[in-house]
Formats: sequence, C-alpha cells, structure tokens
Amino acid sequence: MIWQALSLQLGYNATLVAIGATLLGIASGVTGSFLFLRKRALVSDAVSHATLPGIALAFITMVALGGEGRFLPGLMLGAALSSGLGLIVIGWMIRNTRLTEDAAIGAVLSVFFGAGIVLMTVIQSMQSGRQAGLESVLLGSTAGMLRADALVIGAGGALVLLAVLILRRPMLAVGFDPDHAAVTGINVARTDLAMMGLVMAVTVLGLTTVGLVLIVALLIIPAVTARLWTDRAEVMVALAGVVGGLAAYLGAAFSATAPGLPTGPIIVLASFTLFALSLALAPTRGGVALLLKRSRFRRRVHRRQGLLALGLGQPIHENFTLALLRREGMARADGEPTQQGRAAAAKALLDEARWAALRADPAHGLTASRYDGLTPIETVLTPDQIAELDRHLPRLQGVT
Amino acid sequence: MVVRDAASRRPGDLALSDRQRQSAVSPPPALAVSGLTVAYGEKPAVFSVDMTVAQGTMTAIVGPNGAGKSTLLKAVLGLVKPLSGDVRLFDFPLSRVRDRLAYVPQRASVDWDFPARVVDVVLMGLHRELGLLRRVRTEHLDRARACLARVGMEDFANRQIGQLSGGQQQRVFLARALAQSADLYLLDEPFAGVDAATEKAIIAVLKDLQAEGRTIVAVHHDLSTVRAYFDHLFLINTRAIAAGPVAEVFTSANLQRAYGGRLGEAQVAGMQADGVQGHEGP
Amino acid sequence: MMGSEFVALSLPPMLIGVLAAITCALPGNFLLLRRQALIGDAISHVVLPGIVVAFLLTGTVAALPMMLGAAGAALVSVALIEAVRRMARIEAGAAMGVVFTTLFAAGVLLLEQSDTSGVHLDVEHALYGSLESLIWLDATGWSSLLDSVALAGLPPELPRMAAALMVVALTIALIWRPLALSTFDEGFAATLGLPVRALGLGLVMLAALAAVAAFDAVGSIIVIAMFICPPAAARMMTDRLSRQIGWSVAFATLSAVIGYVLAGYGPLWLGFDSSVSAAGMIATVSGLILGVAMLAGPCRRRAGAASIA
Repeated sequence: MIWQALSLQLGYNATLVAIGATLLGIASGVTGSFLFLRKRALVSDAVSHATLPGIALAFITMVALGGEGRFLPGLMLGAALSSGLGLIVIGWMIRNTRLTEDAAIGAVLSVFFGAGIVLMTVIQSMQSGRQAGLESVLLGSTAGMLRADALVIGAGGALVLLAVLILRRPMLAVGFDPDHAAVTGINVARTDLAMMGLVMAVTVLGLTTVGLVLIVALLIIPAVTARLWTDRAEVMVALAGVVGGLAAYLGAAFSATAPGLPTGPIIVLASFTLFALSLALAPTRGGVALLLKRSRFRRRVHRRQGLLALGLGQPIHENFTLALLRREGMARADGEPTQQGRAAAAKALLDEARWAALRADPAHGLTASRYDGLTPIETVLTPDQIAELDRHLPRLQGVT
Repeated sequence: MVVRDAASRRPGDLALSDRQRQSAVSPPPALAVSGLTVAYGEKPAVFSVDMTVAQGTMTAIVGPNGAGKSTLLKAVLGLVKPLSGDVRLFDFPLSRVRDRLAYVPQRASVDWDFPARVVDVVLMGLHRELGLLRRVRTEHLDRARACLARVGMEDFANRQIGQLSGGQQQRVFLARALAQSADLYLLDEPFAGVDAATEKAIIAVLKDLQAEGRTIVAVHHDLSTVRAYFDHLFLINTRAIAAGPVAEVFTSANLQRAYGGRLGEAQVAGMQADGVQGHEGP
Repeated sequence: MMGSEFVALSLPPMLIGVLAAITCALPGNFLLLRRQALIGDAISHVVLPGIVVAFLLTGTVAALPMMLGAAGAALVSVALIEAVRRMARIEAGAAMGVVFTTLFAAGVLLLEQSDTSGVHLDVEHALYGSLESLIWLDATGWSSLLDSVALAGLPPELPRMAAALMVVALTIALIWRPLALSTFDEGFAATLGLPVRALGLGLVMLAALAAVAAFDAVGSIIVIAMFICPPAAARMMTDRLSRQIGWSVAFATLSAVIGYVLAGYGPLWLGFDSSVSAAGMIATVSGLILGVAMLAGPCRRRAGAASIA
C-alpha cells in the first residue's frame, strides 16, 4: 500500500493531494530558509497566529454580505490582511520602543490570537448555518487535503517559488550579510518586506490544510535541516526546498494509506525525522561528525603539548597527555621519551621555533595569521622559504 | 609547579622576574597559570600558556586582536572551560577564593537597557553580604555611595544606567568592583572607548588599590600607555610571548614577536623613545 | 448585579483569572529581560500533546493527570530545545520552533487516534479554557465567603491557582536578587559563584508551573499573553526592576478584571444575548493596555547611550 502511495498509484485525488502538498513543502522550505538566515524563525509563528482575527472578520463580513461564510479565497484575504497588520505592529514596536524582537513577536502573537478567539466565539453564537471550525484552522483539516484545496495550494506554492526565483539574488544577499548588501545598493527594507510577504503567502496557503501551528513547522524545520548539510546560503535554500518537498511528499503519501491519518501532522513528523537523521549523520555539522572532530582535535593539542614538553625535558602533568604519548610510542611509562619520541619532539620544537620566527617577521603578516599551534609549517611555506627562515633561527631564543 | 631553569627554555618562553625565582620564600602568587589551552571549535585561542602574577603588582595583558587576551582572563575566572591546564589563585583553586576576586568585564557584554540605577549596580558588588534576603540598609547604601565617590560618580547614584556615557558606565563597573573589597582585580579592557577624564580617574583608583597591596591584572589595548600605567607586562599571541617587569619586557624585539607584521618599526621606535624620556604616569 | 449572583457567578472566575494573570506575569518580567519571552509560547503549545498523552495513558479527563501530562511535556520540551540548540548550533528561536511544532504535531496525531475511544478531548478548552463556567453554585451571597460549608463547593481551580501563585511569588521573592544579577551581567554573576545555569533553568520551570496551573482554567492563549504583555507594559512605565514587577502585577490584574467584564457583559450592553470568550478578551485587553503604554509610557524609549545591539 505504501509503495503504491509513494508511486502515486492510489488514484487521482491522492495524486493531486501529493503534488499539491509537495509544492507547498518546497515553497515553505525555501521561504523559511530566508527567515532562518535573517534569524527571525519565530516571526512565522506570529504571522500564523495573527491570521485568526482576519479569518474571523472575513467570515463575518461575507456572511453579513449574504454570502457563504467558508469561501476560501475570502478567508485567505482576511488572513493575509490581519497578519500583515501584525507584521507592521511588530516592526513598529521594535523601532519605537525599548522592547526586543522576541517580546514584540510574542505580544502580537498572543494578542491577535486572543482577539481572533473572541471573534470566533462571536461566530459560534451567530445564526449562520455553516460555521468556520476553529479546530480545523488550528489543527488542520482532519480529512486530509481536499482536492479543491490541493489545486489552490499547489498553484499558490508554484507562484511563491516563481517569486523566490525572481527575487533570489537580493534575498540571498540580504540573508547572508545585510550590511554588505546595503552597501552594494540593495534596498534591505524592501527585500525584507518581500520576504515577509512570501512568508505570509505560504502561511495563508498552508492554513487550511496543515493548520496554524504546523505551517510554522514547515517553515522552520526544513531550513534547520538544510543548515546541517552546508555552510553556503544558496545551497542551503535549495536544500531546504528539497527537504520540505520530500517531507510533504512522504507525509501526503503515508497519510493516504489510511483514512484516519491527518496529513498535516504526518508531514511535520516526516520533516522532523529528516532533521533528526541529519542531526546525527550530516558530515560536517552532524553530531557524530562533531564528536569525532572534537576528540581528534583534543588529541592533536595534547600530542603537540606533550611532544614540546618532552623535547625540553619537562615533566608531563596531565594523565591524558601521557597516556596518549605512550599509546603512540613516543614515551615510556615513566614519562621519558623513546627514540621515536625524541625525534618527533625535536621536529615539534623546530616547527615551533620556525613559527615564532615567521610570526615576528613583518613580511609574512598574512601567513602568520594561519598559526594555530598545530599546523606544521611545511603546509604553508615552500622548502625555499623554510630554508630562508632557518637562517634566522639562531638569532632567537629557542632550540635549533 | 613546573620547575624551569635557564637552560631548558621552550620557544616563546617567559622571561622570569627575580621575584618569581624566589617564590619559595615570598607569599604565593596572586595568579599562577600553567599549560592553559582554550579552544573555541577547532582553533586554539590560548595555547599552552604559563603565567605568574605576584601579589601587589599591576600587570597588563597585551597582544594583537584575537590573541586570546580576553579568553585568558575568562579561563582564569572559570567562565570558559579550558582544554587543558591549571589555574591557581593565591595557591588555591578558583572555587575556594571567589571572595578575594573582582571582575570588571567589557562594557559591551552587558545590556545597559536593564532597569537598574547606578547605585543598584554598585550594590551588586555587595551581593556576598546581602545574600538572598537581607534588606538593603543605610550602611550598604553608604558604602555604595563611597565607592561611587572614589570614581567620581556620586552625583549619578539614581541615574538609570542606560543614560550614562561609555566612560561613566566604566566607572560604575569599577565602583562595583571596589565594593567587593577584593585582593585581586581582573579587568577586561578598562580603558577602551573612555574619555580622557575617565581614564585618569580609573588609573588613579587602580594605583591606589596597588598601594594598598592589592593586585591588578588588566587586558590592555593601548600600547602607548603600558609604561605609564603598569609595572608588569604579559605579551600574548595565542602563545605566551614574554612576561616580566615592563622595563625588561617592553622591547621592540618582544613586540615584534607578539605583533609580527602588524606593528610598524616606526611605531615601536616611537614608543621606545617615550620610555627613554622617563614618561611616568600619574 | 453586585449581589448574590455576582458572588456565585462572577467572583470566582474573575478571581481565578486575576490569579492566573499574576502568576504568569511575575516570571514573565524576567523572561522578558532575558529575551526569553518566547519560551512561554513554546511551553503553551506543548501543553496539548502533554494532555493528550495523559489522556491516553489514564483514559480520563480529570485535572490531575492532565496537569501532570502538561508539566511533563513542558520539561521534555525545554530539555529538547536546549539539546537541539546546542547540537545544531542554531539560535534559540529556531530550536524552539523545531521542538514545539513537532511535539504539537505528535499531539494532534495522537488526538485523532484517540477520538475513536468515545471520550472526547476538548481541544478548544485546552486553548482558551472556559473561565466563565468556573462558578460557585454553593454561594448565596457575600456571607458565603465566611461559610466553610459553602467554601467547600468552590471551583477547585481557585485554590489550585492560589497555591500556584504562592509558590511562584515566594520563589521569586527568594531568588530575585541573583536572578536580576545574572540577567544583567552573567559573567560577573558567575565569578561571584552564583549558579547562573540553575537560575535560568529555575526561571523556566517557574514559567512552566504557571502555564500548567493556568491552562486548565484559562487555556494556554492567556498564558502567552500574560507572560509578555503586562511585563512589557510595565517596562514602559519605569526604570527600576522592583517597580516594574509591581506595575506588571497591576496591569495583569486590570487585564483580567476588565477582560472578564467586557467578555461577559460587553455583548449584553451591545444588545447581543451571549458572551464571548473571556480568555480571548483578557488577552486582547492586555494587548490594548500594552498599546497605550507603548504610546504614552514615560520610559518607553530605548536608553540613549551605548545600549547593546
């Protein structure tokens, strides 16, 4: 069943839902990564909670005008308007008062949502026939994504991606280094505005399907996951889109296999699984890799310090250092150096003396900054340069 | 302690002062660091550094940007965890002598928009006595005001700290340290970005403290005032470069080894000339 | 209106609302100063999965298992957020976003599974409570306050909230000095030997206690608003911490009272016949108070010289 779902063989509806969800996933992953770069991940939470009063007011207005309350584009418009207002208020608060960004986000989030709840209870007491379900706005559609919704969401997601494609250069520049971007002539304020507009669009699109809280997950988790795999902004943004799309695809397929499984939460859990796997396994920044690097670094530091102490005939204090040198055959149990250890120590002392000479010489300013106490000088200088350096060594205090 | 004689020096070894050679009969050093290595990520900021500070001295920690000066101070105070090495203060581990230390951090490390008045900040220095529940009595306020008076800030006691200038903020920090009545004062760039009047006020207080027998260690950013303000110097650039009395250690050769290409010959020569003319500070 | 009906129908809910608001506002002052305002957001969201798990494990919707579930979820989420923050080396906000949305998703999923078991878990109640329903039927008037038999019929949320407020208030009274010190200058505090990490954790635990105690009565929405809005409004009014805390208590009380009255009686005054959500109105009023404070508070501007970016 699951393989049929994954290969889109479960029928027209399921296929449409999968495609729609995937487009939403890609769009939110990509958009969310810009937010993440600007260190404003939780603004998305404020944006999503601030849609509630707008949705409620839109519903009331449409009913009052004699129409059907649950008209999706109308509700989306209301959502966009009130979350836009929320963003304006957040910006105003940060610029004009002593409050910090997190306070502004939290205040707008809770107050707008509270006002939205009030309006929702007004709706619940209205004689209106069909009522907008608060639960579905908060938690997403329990019946899974409907076909009509899938079309709207897929189309919207594609439009968002198009906008990102058009705006990618300024948005990447601002996300990477806003001050530098400003210097190169990019209007940072307007780029930020565009970015927030896209966040709003993605939020509004995802509201009815995955719900208020979970659309925030789709904006944040793929971006954080992508960050674990790369240090380059453009790659991160693209990767976030892939992760978001993949999670959405897997989630939609999986939830299609059983009628009782709501799409939104499954997609979020799929994206978290990808995050957790990345956290453990990613090559440079993953947990396993970091642990290995840290222990390797520690050994290098202690080896160097130990060898230098051996070379100068000084006793070694730390047990870790001694044990390391013994394991590598550089020292004996009593702390005395072996033949091999003596040679290695002499080499370390020579290297250290050369580095000291290098760092004192104004001609080698740039190379000197590469000094980290561990890198052998042969990796940064040619044999000719080293020979030149050696000529100056007897002048300094130290060992030849 | 590692015993070292003139024959077995390491590269970048310290020039030992007379005082340190007689450590067996003198009081324990205020600060003794051995083999300290601190790394952030993959790059050691401080590598295998030894440092000894005798009681009653005023030592400047000097080096280029990113040389590990602040890191050294923070490792001594237990604020960062070293990769290896040992720190002893008055021959005790840090946890036993906290009440004999006072730390003056960099101004930028603090949010000055915090709701506190100047006198509230100075009262923080009396935390050991006030504890959790004791009420702030007149005597505490008097002592806080006295510390403020020593730094020339007694009129600002009720001012909100965010309204102060950089120099005023620095003085408040110093007043807080004075309130702690410590034996060892550790300051991180106390003269950075302050006006001339503040600099004069601060150095006057520090010299008074030294006259009382206390020990001062300061990360110092301004080479041109090292001779005037300090009597001992510790040069560092990730590794310890040189240490000892200023007159012995503040040479162009040592500065060259510490700063490398970043220090023009002319600059060094200029500072040497200042020293030769007998420029002593207040 | 202020007669026996008031004591029975309005006094207990109003009191519970006030107590909940103050219990949240107190730690909120410090969360705000430490730029951790959004931890309240995270905790409030994980309340849902907490109570769902408790429900699944015990099969009841009784208060105690619900609260234990919520407390457990708060603790788990705080630990996870810290773990994610360190391991992935990301900012706190992103770490919070990863953890609480995932836990929320798990909660929603479990909720859907549990719906088939017959007993329905009221999600909306978890979000904005039902303050209006916490009435005191045994009361006959103001004299009932002295009648121990009638007092036994008080809604249990009231003594529960009062107990939570006492714990939070006493703890803050005890640790506010080291807490303020470590918030202002963590390095200096550490050199004094203060347990800065424990203090930070303790503050978050207090916030979690407030959130858990409050959510059953007023739902989690109010909780976020009360963590942030009264303390933020208080920051606009003064430059002294002790006065800020006082102002935040006053604003919290005002929000709760005015909010409750407007929710209950506002629609009646406007000609409608039913009330609106008290919790939502209290949050909205606290926002309005904050708005006024931001426009007119004497200390609303950022301090001039050398404030840190």
